[in-house]
Amino acid sequence: MPVYSEKVMQHFMNPHNVGEIENADGVGEIGNPVCGDMMTFYIKVKDNRLEDVKYKTFGCGAAIAVSSIVSDMVKGKTLEEALTVTPAMVAKELEGLPKNKLHCSNLGAQALRKAIKNYALSHKVDMPGLTDTEEPEEDEHACET
Amino acid sequence: MRKVYMDNVAATPLWPEVREAMLPFLGEVFGNPQSLHAWGDGARDALEQAREQVAALIGGTAEEIIFTSSGTEANNMAVKGLARAKADQGKHIVISAIEHFSIMNSARTLQKEGFEVSMVPVDGFGVVSPDEVLKHVRNDTVLVSIMHANGEVGTIEPVAEIAGRLGRDGPVLHTDAVASSGNIPVDVRELGVHALSLAGNQFNGPRGGAALWVKRGVRMLPLMDGGIQEGGRRPGTEDVPAIVGLGKAAEMAATTLTARMQKLSALRHSLIDGVLGKVEHSILTGHPLQRLPGYASFCIKFIEGESILMLLNSHGIAAASGSACTSRALKASHVLLAMGVDHEAAQGSMLFTLGIDTNQEDVDYVVEKLPQVVDRLRQMSPLYSKFLKEQRG
Ligand code: FES
Repeated sequence: MPVYSEKVMQHFMNPHNVGEIENADGVGEIGNPVCGDMMTFYIKVKDNRLEDVKYKTFGCGAAIAVSSIVSDMVKGKTLEEALTVTPAMVAKELEGLPKNKLHCSNLGAQALRKAIKNYALSHKVDMPGLTDTEEPEEDEHACET
Repeated sequence: MRKVYMDNVAATPLWPEVREAMLPFLGEVFGNPQSLHAWGDGARDALEQAREQVAALIGGTAEEIIFTSSGTEANNMAVKGLARAKADQGKHIVISAIEHFSIMNSARTLQKEGFEVSMVPVDGFGVVSPDEVLKHVRNDTVLVSIMHANGEVGTIEPVAEIAGRLGRDGPVLHTDAVASSGNIPVDVRELGVHALSLAGNQFNGPRGGAALWVKRGVRMLPLMDGGIQEGGRRPGTEDVPAIVGLGKAAEMAATTLTARMQKLSALRHSLIDGVLGKVEHSILTGHPLQRLPGYASFCIKFIEGESILMLLNSHGIAAASGSACTSRALKASHVLLAMGVDHEAAQGSMLFTLGIDTNQEDVDYVVEKLPQVVDRLRQMSPLYSKFLKEQRG
């Protein structure tokens, strides 16, 4: 088992905000075909803020902790604030991740971004830098790094 | 909290008798077996006794035993040493798709030296069919290496049949019996092989004590250059304590084999029945009958192995997984993939390996806790909710 920080273990053992949101305003799913991880984020938006954030995660202990901490980090934030969350910030919040698990922190930020984009597109909200850009191809080899 | 150790494939507890046998060699009996004095004699006698004990476990003779530091070393020595010794007769070797990395990567090294390597596929149970092996053998095949039993799913391979089909004049046949030796009957003459690897740490001996048996008259080049230890085939000052421990473990394994097999088979049955009965969407991996007594291996759908292991660990249970996320290289087990298990199912692979200390209460405890762990992870699995939605139509 990889050596995880206490923070990772806490979130893994007691993940916050697990679940799905019925009639979510935005849904973002990200998957990695190589190691099989998969993360789905659900968001509820009110007055440009993330009123509720939930997720489901299929993956390792780090992936579960990542989704939990991301949900904590962005809940109540404006969409713009939420979009500033980077994998590095996620890893830092978790007091670090083992090197070969860093890629799991990408999933959280990517899935959330996808959910926000899904909301913006479906609700016809213009978000420069998001709704007007193509998403980068999912990195098929993220797991091999 | 109850502690249940079901990861005997990773490490086995020492028999107390083995530890006792080793202790003098970590103390007063420190001599070098090659020395010509009383200190050396004590060590040499112990070394030769261990050689007899190991030979007896597998039906070989003492002169045919070469002590090594690990199963990995024995496998390296066999594949590279046997093939290189015959390179003038041909440069083709045959291995199966589910061999241990020490075989796989040795074959890769030979490839760089100009050998060709054919890989025999396996069926859904992880069985190497003798027909398939034969199909891959050519005129210039100098070595075939097929494992005796697989260390990830426990399937026992038809090595004796393969040997029979290869015939007397066939290529040299090596078998990696690291997972099987000491755990099921292993007899080199009955198997009909030319070389066989074993490791004491798979049968409650110490790490550092392993061996390669090479049939008399079969030529093999050493991996290392050095002195005359092990007949020059494995030079280097002998690790006497480990070898003594290996010898004693071999003796213990031989005397307890039948009873241990019966006990472990019964416990394994109970574990398999319990898990398949209580965990929906779980399947047994490996052969249902032709399997090592203490091996219970599964794929549990919709969830991932590392998170299962972490939650089991929080309940005091130790097991293993072949999922991509648990491996350092983040690759799913090549054994499961070769058996046709898809990536997603391989993610939920679990391996419980029972050992000398396992009892029925341990099995019951795992059968009680595993379903809870699975449930909890499925509650957070997007794959599982998708599955449920699809089922509801
Ligand atoms: S989810 Fe596969 S390594 Fe983290």
